[in-house]
Amino acid sequence: MSELFSVDAWEKVWHYRSTFFLGLGNTVKTAFFGVLLAFVLGILFGLMATSSKKGLRWISRIYVEVIQNTPVILQMCFLYYALAFSNHSVSIIVTGILSLGIYHGAYMAEVIRAGIESIPKGQFEAAQSQGFGYIGRMYYIILPQSIKIILPPMVNQIVNLTKNTSCLYIVGGADLISLTYSFVTGVNTGGAYAPAYLVSGLLFFVICFPLSMIAGKWENALKKRERTMVTQQQKGEVNAT
Amino acid sequence: MNELGASFSILRNSAIISYILKGIVFTLIISTLAVVLGILIGSILALVRNYCTSKKTRVFKVLATIYIEVFRNTPLLLWIFICIVFCPCPELFATSMFGLTSVETKLLFKGSMALILFTSSIIAEIIRGGLNAVPQGQFEAGHSQGFSTVQTMRYIILPQAYRNVVPTLLSQVITTVKDSSYLANVATIELMARVKKLLSSANHYNGTGTINVSDVFVLFGVAAILYFCINFSLSLVVRRMQKGRTAATHMR
Repeated sequence: MSELFSVDAWEKVWHYRSTFFLGLGNTVKTAFFGVLLAFVLGILFGLMATSSKKGLRWISRIYVEVIQNTPVILQMCFLYYALAFSNHSVSIIVTGILSLGIYHGAYMAEVIRAGIESIPKGQFEAAQSQGFGYIGRMYYIILPQSIKIILPPMVNQIVNLTKNTSCLYIVGGADLISLTYSFVTGVNTGGAYAPAYLVSGLLFFVICFPLSMIAGKWENALKKRERTMVTQQQKGEVNAT
Repeated sequence: MNELGASFSILRNSAIISYILKGIVFTLIISTLAVVLGILIGSILALVRNYCTSKKTRVFKVLATIYIEVFRNTPLLLWIFICIVFCPCPELFATSMFGLTSVETKLLFKGSMALILFTSSIIAEIIRGGLNAVPQGQFEAGHSQGFSTVQTMRYIILPQAYRNVVPTLLSQVITTVKDSSYLANVATIELMARVKKLLSSANHYNGTGTINVSDVFVLFGVAAILYFCINFSLSLVVRRMQKGRTAATHMR
């Protein structure tokens, strides 16, 4: 712990600051494209889960259950080694984007399904009776109503995905945590444990904390509104009787 | 097809089967420990963050908030690395036991510490959600019946709060089982690490002398099925509970 206050250790971290920026860049890149992929998969499978066709619902169910019930590290190793041993090696970052996108896509799908299912059935029927097609119905009627329910857990998923980029360490790692680790254990750079971990933890915190703050605020606002709605309903019932 | 048969022959080796089974046991023990201790620490953190609002105790609330937010917004792997360097390990755990070497037990202790600290911050937020869902009137009712604040907490608020969060806590168990695989990064103790190690030496066991794609599928497939069985049965319990709850609220 003493190296936390040693000038030498901090100078070492400052001297090799490019390592941290490289790691941060890789983490952000992986997280960004991973979120995009998760988003696309989430919308696709979320819509499939709420469709009227049983086959589509089953496919979505199986995807969500299989992915959500196995660790992301396992999926990442599976993807990486299966590709590597069949001579289709892809770069570590691409592995990260694919596996994190697929993993969090399952969570996004559940979020979107819950959002759509929270809309009363009458809204779908009303939209249909007004002549909206499937896309128009979803886009103009359902999405604006469910977006408030969908957004907070979705932002939480983005935070989790950013944190999970650290899993890349197990397949060779190019992300912030892996590079920090190779920095503190490296022959020339080693030793500055406390400052290096502090820096990389801080970088993660700076990215994740604002996001989870926003998500928490939205969630609380939503809960408050729900509660007032329930009490209003109860009051209405009391008045009616 | 021949390679696939060779890969399956790995699983006919009883030593390997018992090696994998030991991994499951470790996974289960580590995650149970993390959740139980996480609930203990998390409850304290949640209570402090929610109710230490007077001027004197304010500082504890701030500390609990910082703890929770810091752990929730940084990756688990970072904490595992930090604990491995900085977490003190009692002599008791520096000996070889449970079929692990002394180095591995040390890593097991330190890694579990990180997992416990990390899980407790998440569970603290879950329990806080449960506490916030208890209506304010319950406090007033408790006080008006002559209960002290501690008694109100113990007999009126906490039982309701815990009841509220049982399904969420169970889904946290699923997450913790999955999170325990992070320990594979530092030591070969639990299921994930053991399977990965088996893969790296698969050429000795499958009889073909090389590691093939089919080995990846068979070994990781077995691990995936095992994780799936543990987690899916838990999630079925969660779902049944939630169904019962919504039915109960509709009845009211």
